[in-house]
Amino acid sequence: MAMLEVRNLKKQFGNFYALNGVNFDVNEGEIFGFIGPNGAGKSTTIRILLGILKATEGTAKIFGKDAWKDAVDIHRRIAYVPGDVNLWPNLTGGEVIDLFIKLRGGNQSNRRDEFIERFDLDPTKKCRTYSKGNRQKVALVAAFAADADLYIFDEPTSGLDPLMEQVFQACVMEAKQAGKSVLLSSHILSEVEKLCDRIGIIRQGEIIESGTLSELRHLTRTNLVVETKEPISALHELNGIYNIEEKDKTVSFQVDSEQLDAAVKHISQYGIIKLESAPPTLEDLFMRYYENKDEKAAGGAS
Amino acid sequence: MFRTLTNHTGTLARLILRRDRIRIPLWLFGITFFTVIIPIAFDSMYASQQERDAMAETMKNPAMIAMVGPADLDNYTTGVMTAHNMLLFTAIAVGLMSILLVARHTRTDEEEGRLEMIRSLPVGKLANINATLLVLAGANLFLALLNGFGLYALGIESMDLEGSLLYGATLGGAGILFAGITAVFAQLSESARGTIGYSIAALIIAYLLRAAGDVSDSALSLLSPLGWVTKTEAYAKNAWWPIFLLIGAAILLFILANYLNAIRDLGAGFIRVKPGKKNASPFLQSPLGLALRLQRTAGISWGIGMLAIGISYGSVMGDLESFFAENELLEQMLVAEEGYTLTEQFIPMLFMVLGILAAIPPILSAHKFIGEEKKNRLEHLLARAVSRTNLFSSYLFIAIANGFIMMTLTAIGLWSAAAAVMEEAFAFSAVYGAAMAYYPAMLVMIGLALFFIGCLPKFTPLVWLYLAYSFFALYLGRLFQVPDWAGKLSPYGHVPQLPIESMKWPTAIVLTVIAALFTALGWMGIKKRDIEG
Ligand SMILES: Nc1ncnc2c1ncn2[C@@H]1O[C@H](COP(=O)(O)OP(=O)(O)OP(=O)(O)O)[C@@H](O)[C@H]1O
Ligand SMILES: [Mg+2]
Repeated sequence: MAMLEVRNLKKQFGNFYALNGVNFDVNEGEIFGFIGPNGAGKSTTIRILLGILKATEGTAKIFGKDAWKDAVDIHRRIAYVPGDVNLWPNLTGGEVIDLFIKLRGGNQSNRRDEFIERFDLDPTKKCRTYSKGNRQKVALVAAFAADADLYIFDEPTSGLDPLMEQVFQACVMEAKQAGKSVLLSSHILSEVEKLCDRIGIIRQGEIIESGTLSELRHLTRTNLVVETKEPISALHELNGIYNIEEKDKTVSFQVDSEQLDAAVKHISQYGIIKLESAPPTLEDLFMRYYENKDEKAAGGAS
Repeated sequence: MFRTLTNHTGTLARLILRRDRIRIPLWLFGITFFTVIIPIAFDSMYASQQERDAMAETMKNPAMIAMVGPADLDNYTTGVMTAHNMLLFTAIAVGLMSILLVARHTRTDEEEGRLEMIRSLPVGKLANINATLLVLAGANLFLALLNGFGLYALGIESMDLEGSLLYGATLGGAGILFAGITAVFAQLSESARGTIGYSIAALIIAYLLRAAGDVSDSALSLLSPLGWVTKTEAYAKNAWWPIFLLIGAAILLFILANYLNAIRDLGAGFIRVKPGKKNASPFLQSPLGLALRLQRTAGISWGIGMLAIGISYGSVMGDLESFFAENELLEQMLVAEEGYTLTEQFIPMLFMVLGILAAIPPILSAHKFIGEEKKNRLEHLLARAVSRTNLFSSYLFIAIANGFIMMTLTAIGLWSAAAAVMEEAFAFSAVYGAAMAYYPAMLVMIGLALFFIGCLPKFTPLVWLYLAYSFFALYLGRLFQVPDWAGKLSPYGHVPQLPIESMKWPTAIVLTVIAALFTALGWMGIKKRDIEG
């Protein structure tokens, strides 16, 4: 079941379209990764989902309800952490967490202290004195203590140290195991790769690709390194082969996933001594989509 | 529907009270203290009706009417005298309180992203604005009662219960109205600075509109909420209709603010900000240029404001002149100094007030250093090849130039308007000299501000206290016959009364040296202290 549903979402700021028909779903019990270059429209989409920006066109629904009109109802069951957390300078972290829990109302969870401990936060300090990472932790503790059905994170780990990032990842996995859904926007691709079941890539206000990581990988190239008894000839004549580099008897190149079979058949004629293949990382994938605009059409079509 | 839109208003109101548990009481008790202390002083200093009538006599001129508004001068009891001299100014202070508090809890919170956190929770779209207005309405109601009963409790004969309650209600009503005005500007403007700027501009325009209306005795004052304030005539006619007008207008403004808030995006406004330049001009590419650019809008607005204030005072001069000409009796009473017209004798007092007012923009300009520091923006410059002293000097230079320009604009405004309306116009040199006589005193204030910035950054607001003290000691000092030394504690108290007195260069030099010393201390302090964030 779709917990979150975005259809043909458009948002206009003045004459500028920040979103230009965004479509995606987040299903129950799923972690959805939302990635894209700076200014692509991730935060704008999330703000529309939170009902604090009004969509120019299209629909944004959470739990089947309209994000703008039914914001209050929806918010009882979601938790949100932005990338830049600003708090009230003269309240302590503990006070802010309690305020957020109180405002949420409903099922009070007594897991507040557990998460304070896990995130190693000192709740007695005034927010004025917190570092960026510590302010982030306040919002994270309040979110995880909330026991929500859908978590929305917009670059939640942008100020966290690696240790805290691991704690965050563990908390997200636990939430997933408890059947919760997560929308995670992040620039830390290793994190997205590790956590997310499905990924949507947005660029210039449009989702240009979405699917599971293996589906996405399918759309891209595999890195191959081969050593053969005899030198390989006519490799460049095959379709879908790129970046051929020869060093002694070793050849390394990239091959489009759909051409993999043909490529391996070709090189096997020369007697394979060694064959290493590496699946593309999310980073490779990402780079391919981000790098230049001309490829956008090709990426979008597949 | 409205219930979900305002869900958790109460919780947010409690949050506001928790955040302002010191700030709000400070405002309320500060204002109340001021309200009750004045009639006590009046009552002992102007004990007999004769003394009060003499005081009323000096109030019968257009300059005073422009400043404090009209009153029942034939029945000048202690109560009437208090309301006449204090009600308008106190209402302005209450308006300022409302403006700062509303802006703080609406646009500032929104701009800083705190409202985004709140709005991601099950909190209604309109909860925050209504929580703010609720707290402000409550605070102003409390203020009204506190002042009303406080005044009555003084037991002064002419200050009856109805008048006292009306006095309090007027203050509360003005506060609630300006809360409404600010709430609307918080929707229109995209920034906290804009919200405060527009609201204070509205306050100033209301004051000037009332001044113009009161002097010409026209309906113009009825267009200004501050005009309504003086129309209550507490302790005389006790008119309650302006209170209903204030509250009614406030309710309309509340509704308008709610409506605008409901239809807009978080973070957006209705007054569009035009896109900026793609490249920095060569001018911008220096610390001085950057500092100037950051203050450009504020500087220009203040400049226009000071010019307008100069013009409005100047335009009263014609009335003042003809008024004195008609009142030979008065002319005899206020014996003119040899060789000077009575109108000219108003000049030094006027420039004292204007000189204090004109010190506000340069101090604000210097304080921008602290503002930039707190927002961690100075770091960007200091991390590059810019020294602290270089940066500090930029702000110093701008503040000093700013003060000079403000004073000049005020003088030009006053002189040109006066020249237009007077039969025997002032010489420009006389007006400009009288204005500039106050410049060294202003420099002391700027120097002090720079000293705090450099050495004691936590205490920078103390300059405002000193400036306010100067105003009360010197301006109100005349009313209350405070001892001379109290005025001498302020640099403004040493300035020669041009054009009646002659210029005292030694005083000017001493003031300038004191200003330089403060500045030098600040300059040395900035080299040593931590740059905070
Ligand atoms: N209030 C606004 N007015 C005008 N333009 C805006 C506004 N908010 C966002 N934009 C523009 O919309 C586009 C999308 O911005 P958004 O913040 O959604 O990007 P993002 O994907 O979150 O980027 P980042 O990775 O840097 O966080 C950007 O070009 C941005 O400049
Ligand atoms: Mg973003």
